[in-house]
Amino acid sequence: MSEQLYYEDIVVGSEIIPLIKQPTTRQLVMWAGASGDYYPIHYDKDFAQSKGLPGVIVHGQLIGCFLGQLVTDWAGEQGSLRKITCSYKSVNFPGQTLICKGKVNKKYVEDSEYYVECNLWVENTKGEKTTSGKALVTFPARG
Amino acid sequence: MVDASSGIERLKNKIGIEWEPGVYEIEKGMLLRFVQAIDDPNPLWQNADHARKSRYGGIVAPPTFILTIGFEQIQQQISASITSGTLLHGDTMLECYKPIRPGDVITATTKITNIRQRQGDKGRTIFINFEITYINQRQELVAKCRQMVVSY
Repeated sequence: MSEQLYYEDIVVGSEIIPLIKQPTTRQLVMWAGASGDYYPIHYDKDFAQSKGLPGVIVHGQLIGCFLGQLVTDWAGEQGSLRKITCSYKSVNFPGQTLICKGKVNKKYVEDSEYYVECNLWVENTKGEKTTSGKALVTFPARG
Repeated sequence: MVDASSGIERLKNKIGIEWEPGVYEIEKGMLLRFVQAIDDPNPLWQNADHARKSRYGGIVAPPTFILTIGFEQIQQQISASITSGTLLHGDTMLECYKPIRPGDVITATTKITNIRQRQGDKGRTIFINFEITYINQRQELVAKCRQMVVSY
């Protein structure tokens, strides 16, 4: 956890400190249990191969939650995630290194709340963006 | 075995109709399993002493935790109607209004909002949109979520 950021500190165009994840098949099983998503494409290699995939794939929503973690780490305890969107563009495989990134898109004040909007994405080590999204976060202000 | 097109027709008949709501009691153990699964060490989600001193005054769920509530119901509905092909998650939109705490009782109400079909080179692709509304035991709207599932 880094120090609390304030609205005044946020620079449009700046990048969020990336979050690196390396999901394993074990993590997929843990996610299945925690989320109730037991679709076999995420744990049964034969099933995944019968669907034309080389092996099991990472749950889209687990990736979405990685992006959520990227944002809550950045927003700190005084910031709040108000809205997040994720579009799962291509599949991710366990064993891959996934880099969760974000960039500040705009900031504005509305009804005395300090909003920061950022673009989010997940890159694999080949530089392919497998997931993209957006987040709307409120930050504390020094006033 | 349900014929694929009749299964989709059955789902289409449910567009806009809310399902029987799911009621979920949020336990600390559920939150722990969730944060362990995503590997998020933020003390706000797990450490009671730390969280007590925060502006929340106690442990809260990570905002994305709510996405796991009621998702099982979506999968069951789709698998009952579409028994062949592959399902993939297309996208997610989550709006968070109130923090969720252990002990909360969340009522999740789901409906299908849209179904589209597209004929492509590899056959037919179906896009199913869902909307889930989450209300706590004080009847406060805590979150709203939209999910899109792709079947091909």
